[in-house]
Amino acid sequence: MNQYLEISHVGITFPTDNGPLTVLDGVDLKLAQGEFVSLIGHSGCGKSTVLNIVAGLLNATEGGVVLEGKEVDEPGPDRAVVFQHHSLMPWLSVYDNVRLAVDQVFKKNKTKQERHEWTLHNLELVHMTHALDRKPDEISGGMKQRVGIARALAMEPKVLLMDEPFGALDSLTRTHMQDSLMEIQANLNNTVIMITHDVDEAVLLSDRIVMMTNGPNARVGEILDIDLPRPRERLALAENPTYNHYRAEVVRFLHERHLQKEQRDSHDENNEGSLSSPETAEPDEQVKGAKPATSVRLAS
Amino acid sequence: MNQTATMTANPVAERIGQFAASFHPIKVLKNLLVPFIAMMVFLLLWSAGASQVQTSLGVFPGPAKVWEQSLSLWQEHQAERVKEAAFYERLQKRVDKAIAAGKPQEKIDRIKSRKYTGKETFIDQIFTSLITVATGFLVASLIAIPLGIIIGMNQTLYSAFNPIIQLLKPVSPLAWLPLVTMVVSAVYVSNDPMFSKSFLTSAITVTLCCLWPTILNTAVGVAGVDKDLINVSRVLRLGWLTKTVKIVLPSSIPMMFTGLRLSLGIGWMVLIAAEMLAQNPGLGKFVWDEFQNGSSNSLARIMVAVIAIGFIGFLLDRAMLTLQKIFSWDKNAILR
Ligand SMILES: Nc1ncnc2c1ncn2[C@@H]1O[C@H](COP(=O)(O)OP(=O)(O)OP(=O)(O)O)[C@@H](O)[C@H]1O
Ligand SMILES: [Mg+2]
Repeated sequence: MNQYLEISHVGITFPTDNGPLTVLDGVDLKLAQGEFVSLIGHSGCGKSTVLNIVAGLLNATEGGVVLEGKEVDEPGPDRAVVFQHHSLMPWLSVYDNVRLAVDQVFKKNKTKQERHEWTLHNLELVHMTHALDRKPDEISGGMKQRVGIARALAMEPKVLLMDEPFGALDSLTRTHMQDSLMEIQANLNNTVIMITHDVDEAVLLSDRIVMMTNGPNARVGEILDIDLPRPRERLALAENPTYNHYRAEVVRFLHERHLQKEQRDSHDENNEGSLSSPETAEPDEQVKGAKPATSVRLAS
Repeated sequence: MNQTATMTANPVAERIGQFAASFHPIKVLKNLLVPFIAMMVFLLLWSAGASQVQTSLGVFPGPAKVWEQSLSLWQEHQAERVKEAAFYERLQKRVDKAIAAGKPQEKIDRIKSRKYTGKETFIDQIFTSLITVATGFLVASLIAIPLGIIIGMNQTLYSAFNPIIQLLKPVSPLAWLPLVTMVVSAVYVSNDPMFSKSFLTSAITVTLCCLWPTILNTAVGVAGVDKDLINVSRVLRLGWLTKTVKIVLPSSIPMMFTGLRLSLGIGWMVLIAAEMLAQNPGLGKFVWDEFQNGSSNSLARIMVAVIAIGFIGFLLDRAMLTLQKIFSWDKNAILR
């Protein structure tokens, strides 16, 4: 496997009011060119933080990110980001939002006419040419996200980073967007890292699913190779045993992490409580007896 | 009972029902009738209350007296205009005569240059006030917007300026006025002044009080640009200038207008006080002169001014609101 993007030993510590908080600790991940990887894990484990480090929006305290042999240390259009909340300029039209990016990225090597055509071409990819002059306020959530994707694609990025791109959409719109994204991906073969909370989405779209352990000190827990032929058809897959197996694997992983999280939370609570009231010590013991918190951490 | 259950269970239908009901003739009548009745009640209470208040200038004027005085002020204005027209007609005749008599150009020019110097009417004073407040407000905005932008973009500058602004913001115009008056008389010495000193004093006082809301709101708007949008600009590697022009400024425009609207409101209030003391021939001076004058009509005439001040203030606010609606991209902001 050729290493196109390498995230190696990335750790990050934030200073907080309660002392330093190590959110990520030794995150390792290698991506081949054209690979589609989903990042999945419990809320607050640090998925967005990983993505922002790759984007260069945050600086890792330890380790680093190497793209095509060069270390990443600042944001740039070669790592385009699609944000969860579209983040379009509300005062610019659909066309102008994409054009702003095109003008900036290609100001030297494309003529005005070429930039115009390139803007239209990318909006065509996401089927948004019918609403060029509309403002973000005047289009639906799904359409906004399409424009956000068009803007990212228009930068011709080496890596496309998507932070829960469809998280804010209703399920029907999300289905459409996933199909669109698969279609675009089939044509352009981008290298993509996508964060998602949706197991079906992850299995349907990805070549690999990266499951992160719970934070703090989160890292890559398991990696699941999704060996399903493309193009993938959502309806056909629903009956496919391999698909359902992958799905079950991800759900199992998340469920286990969820249990661990609950146990640790209740453990912490009881520890605090036990200082003032010895009565709470008993249930605390029971939880510990069922599955010692320390061994849970080691297991990850 | 079943009926009510389905009604409340379907909020959409309810909403549509309410919407349709708003076009119902009774509803329309209600919308007009309620403010009308309220106004009538107010006038009645005013009228009844006023007749109980005895001042050294007679009974406090009720609505009827005020209405009568507003008409008389309007007639005075018209009479003055007629006199003015007559003056210029006479002047033109003299010029024509001089030309016919072959007088030198120099002399003709001297005749022509004469200006009508009649008494300022109430309407003239309204215009003076409007021009003064517009000048003060414009100058304030020209200073406050760039300053607000700079302060908003730089956290250090913001913490440097913020205490100063917070300190100066609540200062009453009446406190500024003596200082401004002295400074204007000391600094603005000219034999052929373009502006009268009273005008400058009033306008500068307005400026001093108009600055703060615009500075603060602009700064807050600039500092509060959506973090995601800033991240977009970082990913695109926009230069400082492009980022400012294409992202920071447009996104702070709604807040900027909020500040401007607040400033204009304050400016108009401040102006009346400033004109009273600086003797700028506007509405403030009108009120002051009537107060000094102390005729039996004075209180009613002051009341006319009070209503005019309120009404103009309202119109200015509406004008700013319209501008805000035109220029602001944030169409969802609740503006009233
Ligand atoms: N600048 C920061 N300062 C302090 N703590 C931070 C900072 N940024 C993130 N964190 C913490 O890091 C942890 C991970 O945050 P992150 O946003 O990456 O989670 P996430 O996995 O994306 O969660 P979600 O699924 O809810 O989006 C959180 O506990 C958060 O409080
Ligand atoms: Mg996140």
